[in-house]
Amino acid sequence: MSSEVHSGQVLGAQQAVAAVALHEGDGHAHHHHQSFITKYIFSQDHKIISRQFLITGMIWAMIGGFFSVIFRLQLGFPDKSFPFLETIFGHWAAGGHISPELYYQLVTMHGTIMIFFVLTAGLSGTFSNFLIPLQLGARDMASPFLNMLSYWFFFIASVIMISSLFIQTGPSEAGWTAYPPLSALREASEGSKTGMDLWLISMAVFVVSQLLAGLNYISTILNMRTKGMSMTRMPLTIWALFFTAILGVLSFPVLLSGFILLLFDRNLGTSFYLSDIYIAGHALPNQGGSPILYEHLFWFLGHPEVYIVMLPGMGITSDMLATHSRKPIFGYLAMVGSLFAIASLSFLVWAHHMFVSGMNPFLGAFFVLFTLLIAVPSSVKVFNWIATIWKGNIQYTVPALFSIGFVSIFISGGLTGIWLGNSALDLHLHDTYFVIAHFHLVMGIAAFFGMFAGLYHWFPKMFGRFMNNTLGYIHFWVTFIGAYLMFWPMHYEGLAGMPRRYYEYSADALAVYHRFQGLNEFISVVAILVFAVQLMFVFNFFYSIFKGRPVKDPNPWKANTLEWTTPIHVGHGNWPGEIPEVHRWPYDYSKNGIDFIPQTVPVSPAEEEVAEPVKAPQ
Amino acid sequence: MSGFFVVIVLLLLFIIVVQIAKASEYVAILKGEKKTQEQNNRLHATLMLVFLIVGLIGLYVCHELLKDKLLPVAASVQGVAIDHMMTVTLVITGIVFFITQILLFVFAYKYRGREGHQASYYHENSKIEFFWTAIPALTMTILVAIGLKHWFTITSAAPPNAMVVEVTGKQFNWMFRYPGKDGVLGKKDYRLIDEGKFNPLGQVWSDPYNHDDVVSSELHLVVGRPVKLEIGSRDVIHDVGLPYFRLKMDAVPGVPTTLWFTPKYTTAQMAKMTGDPNFVYKLVCDQLCGAGHYSMVANIVVETQQEFDQWLASQKSQYQLAKEGGAIPSDSTRMAMLPVSSKKPEVSLK
Repeated sequence: MSSEVHSGQVLGAQQAVAAVALHEGDGHAHHHHQSFITKYIFSQDHKIISRQFLITGMIWAMIGGFFSVIFRLQLGFPDKSFPFLETIFGHWAAGGHISPELYYQLVTMHGTIMIFFVLTAGLSGTFSNFLIPLQLGARDMASPFLNMLSYWFFFIASVIMISSLFIQTGPSEAGWTAYPPLSALREASEGSKTGMDLWLISMAVFVVSQLLAGLNYISTILNMRTKGMSMTRMPLTIWALFFTAILGVLSFPVLLSGFILLLFDRNLGTSFYLSDIYIAGHALPNQGGSPILYEHLFWFLGHPEVYIVMLPGMGITSDMLATHSRKPIFGYLAMVGSLFAIASLSFLVWAHHMFVSGMNPFLGAFFVLFTLLIAVPSSVKVFNWIATIWKGNIQYTVPALFSIGFVSIFISGGLTGIWLGNSALDLHLHDTYFVIAHFHLVMGIAAFFGMFAGLYHWFPKMFGRFMNNTLGYIHFWVTFIGAYLMFWPMHYEGLAGMPRRYYEYSADALAVYHRFQGLNEFISVVAILVFAVQLMFVFNFFYSIFKGRPVKDPNPWKANTLEWTTPIHVGHGNWPGEIPEVHRWPYDYSKNGIDFIPQTVPVSPAEEEVAEPVKAPQ
Repeated sequence: MSGFFVVIVLLLLFIIVVQIAKASEYVAILKGEKKTQEQNNRLHATLMLVFLIVGLIGLYVCHELLKDKLLPVAASVQGVAIDHMMTVTLVITGIVFFITQILLFVFAYKYRGREGHQASYYHENSKIEFFWTAIPALTMTILVAIGLKHWFTITSAAPPNAMVVEVTGKQFNWMFRYPGKDGVLGKKDYRLIDEGKFNPLGQVWSDPYNHDDVVSSELHLVVGRPVKLEIGSRDVIHDVGLPYFRLKMDAVPGVPTTLWFTPKYTTAQMAKMTGDPNFVYKLVCDQLCGAGHYSMVANIVVETQQEFDQWLASQKSQYQLAKEGGAIPSDSTRMAMLPVSSKKPEVSLK
């Protein structure tokens, strides 16, 4: 694809047509000269890059999930010995018991992998790449080359992070938040030795990947929509991916600066985060730094990051609920507005992670206010989702199930955010299992549900085959029930003040938490079961790529959006002929008694004026 | 060997599930897409309703099983306020939880896809949208108001009659320093820390305020008397977690933090109230601080003023310990030692 044509803004209709004409020419010329390497490895086709992000993300998810199973074994069965652990981890799990060091390394890696490598790169990388050009009517991304680089930077970050698992002192064990001085001082823990440097370098490369990707998504959405695709005719998935990209571009650089300063403190003797420290038998010369500075820099990304993880799921759920209920999304503009409000507010709430950090309490008051304000757009979204299925005609496909599950889990996990965001309650609940329950539901499970809904829905478009439905249904119900069984009771542990990130609670000094041992065991068993079902999903995914039921109808879900106007097997350039023109919003389901009216169908004079919800200027 | 069999059984189970799944796909094709979808709609809509009902019963059962494992009544004046606020928040979020979840699942059942039915093209109602924006906004305002009232009360300056205890975290235990009779904590310098010389906190021995400061591994508090904790850390970030008092505050190296509260019940009273004769208040570390994080727990004793005074009087000051251990030279040797360094130049002049 020629990026020169793409980079220019497609302003007027004529210009767009001219651009389309140009694409035709070289789009076809490219087709025949692709070797395996340019087609599948260093590909610049957004659909291949999307699959690269997806499959890399899935591999990471399996690693991250497996780690959680291992540390759940420790929490559920602290007295039992599991010889296979010694086989895998060697002296780190001597006698079949994982060591405290390994426990913290697994916890750290689980967080890092799931939040950054799976739910940021894997989720946004997959759906932004796949859907932005297909749903907006573009031949490819604004810069296919930068797009390819974004994947390969992610790949390099992955390789560095993986390699940190194999070094002698092990990977970082400072938690995914990597607070200094624990992360800054080699003497503080095994994981703070080489593992921490690799972690920081990997994350720095990861940030580069995210910036390249984000800038590309934003410019594609702003400049490359097909004729008639005004911003207010975009599907909500695209809106969500748009805000996600903006959040990433504005907040990741701050994280990068925080990490670079930390690397300086570790390796060049600076004192950005260090002061008055006596460790391993000697006093350090560093003075004047503050770990709280790092906390500010980290959470300035860390909180928007939560929404980077959440927003794509919100967008996908909105579209899934509409499509599979055969009903327009309720309150389209309110949905866009609430996405905008959430994205904006997410920059003003970071210090609610720091109420007990020693930050000025007066400052904390503002963060309470803005944090609880986020509940307003969030509840607007929930009410709109519920109103969307109201009087619908819900087709219970697998994506429909996952999106209804998303709403339920989002409510359960979101409401406890109102508890934690209120600083006085946070004094008690901070860093207890209550927090674990809260964020696993609201940004872990819910984001995964959004991802699953999208995967089952767009799998036919990606691979020309369906995934096995029965396995999909089993996948949903086990995961959905399992999510509640694992995380609901954790709220009680948190209310009882049970601290998180504890290797074991068996010490006499922690006798008060022995009463939860049975519960911990139960949670661990459920976690293993849920993990096994995810493996089944992965099997279903790869099996269906090759052996799934072939798609015969180019629009199997009877959806309105543009991606279903492409051929079943989409080639490079997406549409064989001209790019279709858009005449309406994507939610004309059950309008005037017609099941669905694709965006490409012109508005007929017979259609009622009132029925056109958004009269957007061309 | 048993592990091997478990793997075999799991694999077989997996193969069976996959075969059933494959077979059901063929059945679906034979039945026709429409009919299969109809069946699935019925099945999963019903399951949604079942999930709601069983789920609500599950919440009740879960609560019955776990409610007795929660913490006893808050043991500080501040904790009582926090517990009260928690109840208010629980009621408000609970109402929203039940309304939204019930609506979601009931609609999911009621509006399942049925042959011959069509969805309504209803997607806009600014009046209702105004209401469901305004109501959450109003509720949040109330919660913010309550929350900030408590927040500012709890984080206000400690009352002047508060006793002061210095809390220092290190990998992986806690140290508590009491100012002694003079009521003033002596000066510290982290460069003077020397475990071998009985100076774990880096007290400056030339500061006379230090001479009666007591260092203990147990936190002793007086019931009904406000206590101001001056919190610090020697190495990495720790956190003073006080679950029974419903409070916590980070211990940050280089950045002193404070927390004050008023204990309500002595340990003995609490033992009676909980029916546990061995009851001990705990201080737990609530910030990941390294491989020993999970073992960083200290005991807290809440007692009457008289008991506290007795306990403090029975403790040796750290200065005294250091002196007895020979870490601080006696006054006479010190006099003799001091001029040595100043004499040195004279020697060289000779």
